[in-house]
Amino acid sequence: MASKGLRILVPVKRVIDYAIKPRINKAQTGVETAGVKHSLNPFDELSIEEAVRLRERKGPLKVDSILALSAGGPKCADTLRTAMAMGADKAFHVEVPEGSGDGGPEPLTIAKLLHSVVEKEDINLVLLGKQAIDGDQGQTGQMLAGLLGWPQTTQASKVEIKDEAGTVEITHEVDGGVETLRTKLPLVITTDLRLNEPRYASLPNIMKAKKKPLEKKTLADFGVEDTRRLKTLKVTEPPPRTGGGKVEDVDGLVSKLKELGAL
Amino acid sequence: MPGARNLSAALRRTRVPRPRLLSRPVVSHAPNATVRAFTSATARLESRQIKYTSDAYPNVKRDSRFAELSADDVSHFKSLLGAESAVVDGVTADATDDIEPFNSDWMRKYRGHTRLVLKPQTTEEVSKVLKYCNERRLAVVPQGGNTGLVGGSVPVFDEIVINMSRMNNIHSFDQASGVLVADAGVILEVADQYLAQHDHLFPLDLGAKGSCHIGGNVSTNAGGLRLLRYGSLHGSVLGLEAVLPDGTIVDALSTLRKNNTGYDLKQLFIGAEGTIGLITAVSIQCPPRPKAVNVAYFGLESFEQVQQAYLQAKGQLSEILSAFELMDGRSQRLVHESTGNKYPLEGEHPFYCLVETSGSNAEHDMAKLESFLEHVMGEGIVADGVLAQDETQFRSLWRWREGITEALSHLGGTYKYDVSIPLPELYQLVEDCKERLVQKGFVGDDDSFPVRAVVGYGHMGDSNLHLNVSVRQYDKEVEKAIEPWVYEWIQKRQGSISAEHGLGIAKREFIGYSQNETMVKLMKQLKDLYDPKSIMNPYKFIK
Repeated sequence: MASKGLRILVPVKRVIDYAIKPRINKAQTGVETAGVKHSLNPFDELSIEEAVRLRERKGPLKVDSILALSAGGPKCADTLRTAMAMGADKAFHVEVPEGSGDGGPEPLTIAKLLHSVVEKEDINLVLLGKQAIDGDQGQTGQMLAGLLGWPQTTQASKVEIKDEAGTVEITHEVDGGVETLRTKLPLVITTDLRLNEPRYASLPNIMKAKKKPLEKKTLADFGVEDTRRLKTLKVTEPPPRTGGGKVEDVDGLVSKLKELGAL
Repeated sequence: MPGARNLSAALRRTRVPRPRLLSRPVVSHAPNATVRAFTSATARLESRQIKYTSDAYPNVKRDSRFAELSADDVSHFKSLLGAESAVVDGVTADATDDIEPFNSDWMRKYRGHTRLVLKPQTTEEVSKVLKYCNERRLAVVPQGGNTGLVGGSVPVFDEIVINMSRMNNIHSFDQASGVLVADAGVILEVADQYLAQHDHLFPLDLGAKGSCHIGGNVSTNAGGLRLLRYGSLHGSVLGLEAVLPDGTIVDALSTLRKNNTGYDLKQLFIGAEGTIGLITAVSIQCPPRPKAVNVAYFGLESFEQVQQAYLQAKGQLSEILSAFELMDGRSQRLVHESTGNKYPLEGEHPFYCLVETSGSNAEHDMAKLESFLEHVMGEGIVADGVLAQDETQFRSLWRWREGITEALSHLGGTYKYDVSIPLPELYQLVEDCKERLVQKGFVGDDDSFPVRAVVGYGHMGDSNLHLNVSVRQYDKEVEKAIEPWVYEWIQKRQGSISAEHGLGIAKREFIGYSQNETMVKLMKQLKDLYDPKSIMNPYKFIK
């Protein structure tokens, strides 16, 4: 493609809403997902917001397109509509049958998928959440950069396009301060919480999003297979906290302490 | 889901008798009171002593027919209630600090002179206490979570406080019928959490849920946020147990939905504010907990459009509509200024609405909601709007409604009026009130003007408006300009001067604006019949 603008890919994941307490399923193979409220992964929300802001900033580099992508069951379409209501131009829904609370394909599979999408769609910037809050694996961005042989900047809290040549400055938090990195496109960026404050999906945009293109794809379209290297043996909850007891008076407290060997 | 909020805070508060100055329960102003930051306004007020109600209302005199508490009375109560912790005795000992929280309300507006607090644990104990008080003619004040807004739950003079916090057992819940039976002293949020475990919901939700007792809710016929959906407590309360002043236990703790056998006497106790008897247990019909909840927030250009939006919401969302709240532009600006949060919508609008749906099927609800949204946007009824995409957004949108009370408290004092007016004129009251105060030269932007802003918000779906006049400091001149003008305004439109807050001491003078002489006379007859010695919550409700 001739255009010098930004062609951004934002992968998004549909996860259990962060405000909901997850429960382990009866078979102890994973987390109960049926009938539980799901939302867009908060870190991915930041990525979309940042992509849209890059467009609104009308910086040195124009944003040509924002492509949102999600791999998962049929309900991922809702998540992609949300992404488009926030400002993505089009979306790919890569259909992967839903397992029983297994968190979906492994990071490497997704990274390979994204690798292929980047090549086919001529992407020059990938904005990913630093992790999905269900599996908390935080590997996809790094693996993708490795596969592409691109520079990567992780946990970005500020992203600035400096010039038309595609110089990008990224700030991220490190122990005891912040670090600012400079690199050039093409580039993989993973996003952190302080990057921005995502907008609400406004009603006019929700309606517009319905008319935006949402293409259904399969892993095979990108030459990827859903192979798993890890097998989940068992998922268990941490032991519940045991509550404290009450004593009637000071004597009760003293005898309790003695009983526990503290006195 | 709103019910899932703040369990730990609620549980922490179950040890009730502590000064509630730090908690900010606000009856009728939505859930989440417990997460609110404690305001500097509160802190400022705390440094001041609260004025005694008896000084604020010099025309209210102690009824000399009431006996004075003696040391003998106290020792009788002590032997009657057994436990040391059941009696806070300020008669024979100095217990000023311990008793103060029971003497004053959370708004720091009312303060009594009581010297004795009793905390019975069973209905029998309540019965014995009241029987003794009635014989000795000792006045009493039933007290729940003490979160009222009209001073109904604190004593005026030396009335004995009967605090219900130790009667806090949940008796039973029937999954099939959804009927919960519980003691009066159970905290609303605790009851709701218990029901959540059984996939049910308490049919009442309000700002003070972390502190208020269900007995107090029933006693004051609290309204709150879900009234639009689940109706008034007059409908959902199936039965109750109460103790009359002479010690008679009224066992009307029915769990039946239908029971047409004679007068429905339990209704008398609902909303009676503890003036004819003391509610000790309640049985209440609870709906299944909604599985899908959505919230949309609109900006509108006129009150005309707000009404249209409401009509459309009723028509198109019908059975899943669970809240339709109105906020005016000024109220949202105050929230914005006090929290620093970014507005959900771009640009400012004179009116905002919050619409909540609750249903059993997320996809079905969403389809309905979306077609409703498309319609109101397409017709130009709504200028702009957003739809919460996740739980976090859901909560932050609600904060724009719930945060109004807190925002106002940051700014100084507030004259609050909780009124019910026919829908078409609902907002006119705010406009008229503002015009009146502007004309009198009270409203302005700098400190030389006593009034900062006149705002209106409320439960649109219930025709219930909260008119709030935010003042830099309480000012008699301002008060005179508002009262009784506001009551007369409401009377002309056959509205109610107290839609959900009750009468208490604050509004007992004004009952005439909403009830005619015959009604007041009948009420007095009832009072005399059930409480011939007038010991129950005196000086309040009706004169």
